[in-house]
Amino acid sequence: MDKRIAFLNARLLDPASGLDAPGALLIQGNQIADFGPDLFKDGAPSVDETVDCGGMCLSAGLIDMRVQLREPGAEHKETIESIGDAAIAGGVTTLISLPNTDPVIDDVSVVEFIARRAQEANRAKIRCYGSVTRGTRGTELTEMGLLSEAGALAFTDGNRAIADALVMRRALSYAKGFDLMIMQHPEEPALASEGVMNEGEIATRLGLAGIPMVAETMMVERDLRLVELTGGRYHAGHLSTAQAIEAVRGAKKRGLAVTCDTAPNYFALNETAVGDYRTFAKVSPPLRGEDDRRAVVEGLADGTIDAIASDHTPHDQDSKRLPFDQAEFGAVGLETLLPLTLELYHNGHLPLLDALAKVTAAPAALMGLPCGKLQRGAPADLVLFDPDRPWQIDEQKLRSKSKNTPYDERPVQGVVMRTIVEGHTAYAA
Amino acid sequence: MTAPSKSSRKSSGKSAYRFPHKHILGIEGLSAESIGLILDLSDSYVEQSRQRDKKSDVLRGRTVINLFFENSTRTRTSFELAGKRLGGDVINMSVSSSSIKKGETLIDTAMTLNAMHADVLCVRHPNSGAVQLLSEKVNCSVISGGDGTHEHPTQALLDALTIRRRRGKIAGLTVAICGDILHSRVARSNIHLLSTMGARVRLVAPPTLLPAEVERYGVEVYNNIKDGIADCDIVMMLRLQQERMKGMFVPSIREYFHYFGLTGDKLSFAKPDALVMHPGPMNRGVEIDSEIADDLDRSLIREQVEMGVAVRMACLDLLTREQPGNVS
Repeated sequence: MDKRIAFLNARLLDPASGLDAPGALLIQGNQIADFGPDLFKDGAPSVDETVDCGGMCLSAGLIDMRVQLREPGAEHKETIESIGDAAIAGGVTTLISLPNTDPVIDDVSVVEFIARRAQEANRAKIRCYGSVTRGTRGTELTEMGLLSEAGALAFTDGNRAIADALVMRRALSYAKGFDLMIMQHPEEPALASEGVMNEGEIATRLGLAGIPMVAETMMVERDLRLVELTGGRYHAGHLSTAQAIEAVRGAKKRGLAVTCDTAPNYFALNETAVGDYRTFAKVSPPLRGEDDRRAVVEGLADGTIDAIASDHTPHDQDSKRLPFDQAEFGAVGLETLLPLTLELYHNGHLPLLDALAKVTAAPAALMGLPCGKLQRGAPADLVLFDPDRPWQIDEQKLRSKSKNTPYDERPVQGVVMRTIVEGHTAYAA
Repeated sequence: MTAPSKSSRKSSGKSAYRFPHKHILGIEGLSAESIGLILDLSDSYVEQSRQRDKKSDVLRGRTVINLFFENSTRTRTSFELAGKRLGGDVINMSVSSSSIKKGETLIDTAMTLNAMHADVLCVRHPNSGAVQLLSEKVNCSVISGGDGTHEHPTQALLDALTIRRRRGKIAGLTVAICGDILHSRVARSNIHLLSTMGARVRLVAPPTLLPAEVERYGVEVYNNIKDGIADCDIVMMLRLQQERMKGMFVPSIREYFHYFGLTGDKLSFAKPDALVMHPGPMNRGVEIDSEIADDLDRSLIREQVEMGVAVRMACLDLLTREQPGNVS
């Protein structure tokens, strides 16, 4: 007999249906059995367990559509266990890994390895992208059909751009046959070349090589032409510039099947965070100027930017405590995704449901997952959180094996109280 | 200038102003007062260096380590000479050849140096910001001998000293910095220093050799050398850093020299008594014509080398003084 758990006295939030109301929710086994304002109104339910939510928000668990897994290949930075711990502490019930593991996810066996290890670890759900090209070398296409049958949800070359226009054309075209999405890291490598931060006044002052914003713009604009040509499904990852967002806005108006996302780094920080060579603020794409940051917020508010992903990129101290040029790109983000996304709500840029949609319903829809919404029969992947409670980010308290966050000591609001994966409480504060 | 007494530190001769920094990592952040103090003190060390007996005991018992992660002959020698003339124990470590290849990180190196109880480190590193990173991890004072394309503060100070001794002032002069600004830490330090001291700064370079948004530093930018050096007091040439030229910044040395190399003809557009400087090592026939470089009436290039030692003596002196204001 499936275990029945009742969540009482909750504020039910479901961006997919627009629900924001006090009510209750019932889990049966690993599914949402029922929910609503009227559920259990007439008295205490007969269930195996009841949870009093104390009026806090109950919603579908977060779907993080871009994280970097370090297993297999770099277990000293993150393991499937540690990334799972970080995810559930951050309210993330499903995360989707880029293919830049070692070996690269360009073969069915690696997809199967990750699925098996995720099941053993039994924390958050871990899914993955397959690489578009073998070894993410940008030349030969992978077996996208077989990879997707094995469980790869979409295709990307991770933190490398698919630079060759012909390869991109073929990838979009071939993936279309399987109705698969291609996610681009939109950065023209020739222009980014040796750049380590945003090109401009600050880079000049620090004597650091810059990456111009047009490196992103022109790659998105090129790709949009290829989408028109092929009719493929295209997704631009972590947009950071006003111009690229404008390009996607225009393409959506023209009715192209294009989507995009951004990461908290691009609306919660700008290039001044680099300060005097702070390598924790060295991310890819680089943090941009304040005008671009505002354009990202605007793109989220008007719906041009569909989703928010954490860009979780674990790196150990030895990869970061280096001269800026030599340090690795990237910051961890799973545990700060919810509070930073909620800044958009607290700062008055997005209503609560719209902000929440960017990390639940929207990424679930993009990745074709049945979770990310409150629905009878949907997986019981849930997060209970207090959206207002203040706290201060402390890098030492992160569960992730790597502590490379640019947000250490930042005061934020929004605390995860409980994370439920497949009907089981995986994390409780 | 009075003959310096050998056993005591030089006085800057002016106010009781104390140098408020623990390190000298760049010119940015140094006040006109601090720069003035270094230059005043340097003047007295020029005198000391011109005497037959050049040695004093200002740094007696102090250890100065030259830590060069990048090849250098003149800057390292200059720091070495400065430390030795002040009576310090000077050790040269050339790191590029040993530890780096063994996988030692900059922070490991810092830990090693802490254990050696150095008093001052003079550091050159090929990465911007690396000298600052090192300074955060060591217990002693650090002087930058140049980091990446960020800053080369002692070069700017020696340039300023050279100008001041020839012209008696820096404020009000017009200085054109010409050449590979993009890759030049010397240019960045000089822009900060000359602006702080009240000079007008012009940059002259092809657009491919100018960093982004450099005009926001309050400088005038020219792509034509004749316009750029018109009516200038000082023409500062930069080395075309071929070793950093991984891409195609200029099509050929011939074309570069034709448009940006300093010749007598181009120099005639500057003030009649305009002076020519170069941080060395020069590429004769690439950025500067030999006739100009060797013209003792116009060229300060040899004087710059002499001033280099004096300026580094002043920096070593200031950073080893016991003072409450010795904070980073």
